[in-house]
Amino acid sequence: MSMLSFEKKYRIRGGTLLGGDLFDFWVGPFYVGFFGVTSIFFALLGTLLIIWGASQGTTWNLWQINIAPPDLKYGLGMAPLMEGGLWQLITVCAIGAFVSWALREVEICRKLGMGYHVPVAFSVAIFAYVTLVVFRPLLLGAWGHGFPYGIMSHLDWVSNTGYQYLHFHYNPAHMLAVSCFFATTLALSLHGALILSATNPPGDGVVKTPDHENTFFRDAIGYSIGTLGVHRLGLFLALSAGFWSAVCIVISGPFWTRGWPEWWSWWLNLPVWR
Amino acid sequence: MNTLKATLRVVAMLGAGLLIAACEKPPIDTVQRGVRGTGMVQVYNPRIVEGEQQKNVVPEPIPAAPREGQKASEVFQNVKVLGDVSVAEFTRLMVAMTAWVSPEQGCAYCHKLENMADDSMYTKVVARRMIQMTQHINADWKPHVADTGVTCYTCHRGMPVPAEVWFQPPPQKHATRMAGSKMQQNTPDAAVAYASLPYDAFTRYLQKGQEIRVNAVTALPTAAPGSLADTEGTYGLMMHMSDALGVNCTYCHNSRAFAPWTESTPQRQTAWHGIRMARDLNNDYMVPLTATFPAHRLGPTGDVAKLNCATCHQGAYKPLYGTPMLKDYLALSAPGAQAALPPAAAAAAEAPAPAAEAEAAKP
Repeated sequence: MSMLSFEKKYRIRGGTLLGGDLFDFWVGPFYVGFFGVTSIFFALLGTLLIIWGASQGTTWNLWQINIAPPDLKYGLGMAPLMEGGLWQLITVCAIGAFVSWALREVEICRKLGMGYHVPVAFSVAIFAYVTLVVFRPLLLGAWGHGFPYGIMSHLDWVSNTGYQYLHFHYNPAHMLAVSCFFATTLALSLHGALILSATNPPGDGVVKTPDHENTFFRDAIGYSIGTLGVHRLGLFLALSAGFWSAVCIVISGPFWTRGWPEWWSWWLNLPVWR
Repeated sequence: MNTLKATLRVVAMLGAGLLIAACEKPPIDTVQRGVRGTGMVQVYNPRIVEGEQQKNVVPEPIPAAPREGQKASEVFQNVKVLGDVSVAEFTRLMVAMTAWVSPEQGCAYCHKLENMADDSMYTKVVARRMIQMTQHINADWKPHVADTGVTCYTCHRGMPVPAEVWFQPPPQKHATRMAGSKMQQNTPDAAVAYASLPYDAFTRYLQKGQEIRVNAVTALPTAAPGSLADTEGTYGLMMHMSDALGVNCTYCHNSRAFAPWTESTPQRQTAWHGIRMARDLNNDYMVPLTATFPAHRLGPTGDVAKLNCATCHQGAYKPLYGTPMLKDYLALSAPGAQAALPPAAAAAAEAPAPAAEAEAAKP
């Protein structure tokens, strides 16, 4: 496979975290590295376990395949393979694959001499996943509190877990997470629209510069965050959404057992007006 | 810069205080009530549950009285409901009722002591009707109360007026603002577990019998049976039911599909009967007593105190954690039940059943 002109800068030795130059090579356009190998290993093993689990299940319907966590009675111990043990193994594989991939990103960042923004961002997503299937189950005392692996089944779990707290929209961290999800979508769609407009002028017009982009938003809303700033803002909002998602689920159960609307009674009971 | 630091410090302290004051902490107890991985789980803070235990202790039964001998109607005057009960059992029941309902006020809460048969005190008239209601519940609402049954204590718990009753809320003072009526919404109220849902679910569903079923029956809800307002009203009632029983929505429902009975737990059937029972009791027993009660016992709009799920349940999934009390006071089990029972059978029914009790106490 041909190499792009700027890839020479990328394809340099060193910068690895583990294994020295053992896997420090490329296969076609892909950097391998120690963590590339572990990524492939865990991803392949986990996927095969899911497929094997599906083969032992009742359906091959992609929507309905379900690998469920153990019953709560197994607590924080290992469950029999077909009674949630498989879910535990797949969870280990998933975390192994996700963390390996993040570390592979770190190695690539080091090769490029750039900041760790990408692995840090991915780590927030991993943090949210690990919060769901490890931290919260640990705090509640059973692996069975993790979510099942299946397209429909995990949605059913989300629904019921929300209704465990009567009305999940009153969860303050859920409010923040949802707000950040919407805000990052809005900010980046405004940004995307701006770029598309600036780079596709009608007729034979000249492509507009960032000055023009700034002027547009200063006209429209009185402020332009700027070409770099909008990416920082988008990243901040996106990571905040993931972070508060993790918070909103870890506080549901371990740190609050009743309906979320009732949590707000601290507000009703403020000495100012109660 | 110093101002900023100080402000941040205050905000951080407030935040930390809020986190500690407004939250609970592990360890937490959980009870799985569905297939693994469905999230059908009850979540309890054991410290809170421990505090609730006190509230749900059943008083020791008064030693049994002989069922033979003269009947109450033969000895006392004006005994309209329990006339076929033996004098000894009648007296025992009166003592029990005093302990259950008016332990501080004593017999004089309902009776004129110079003439116990006199009906001039409203409390006596109400109490008689309440005995009939208790018999009616135990005889005709077995789908809800099963053989555990109810006694006066189930609701009263040593208080003349049960702790959990409801009245129609008064009209909102500022019903019509610039933004329009609040429609009884956005007012955090204990009746709907502090949600912004319409807070007078009881009048709609536990008195008037409005339809609860609001789910669409087709994939695209083109002909949903309920409006958005009806849906929120139903949600409000369900918030009350959860709160009253100390359970969450998944106690009865698998929320992936609220409506189908095949997706629900057996408890939902018990609850279905419970809703009908509350309607029946409110309309046939409480509302007709409106004129009997003095004004200070009526609500802000002049309506009588009515019952809802919390009146009996008081935060427990089964009132008194399902400890059976009725078995010790069979005169309350149905109209004339005491007289109909042969003494031997009555004795057998009275025998303690520890296994059943232990079973009933489990969530």
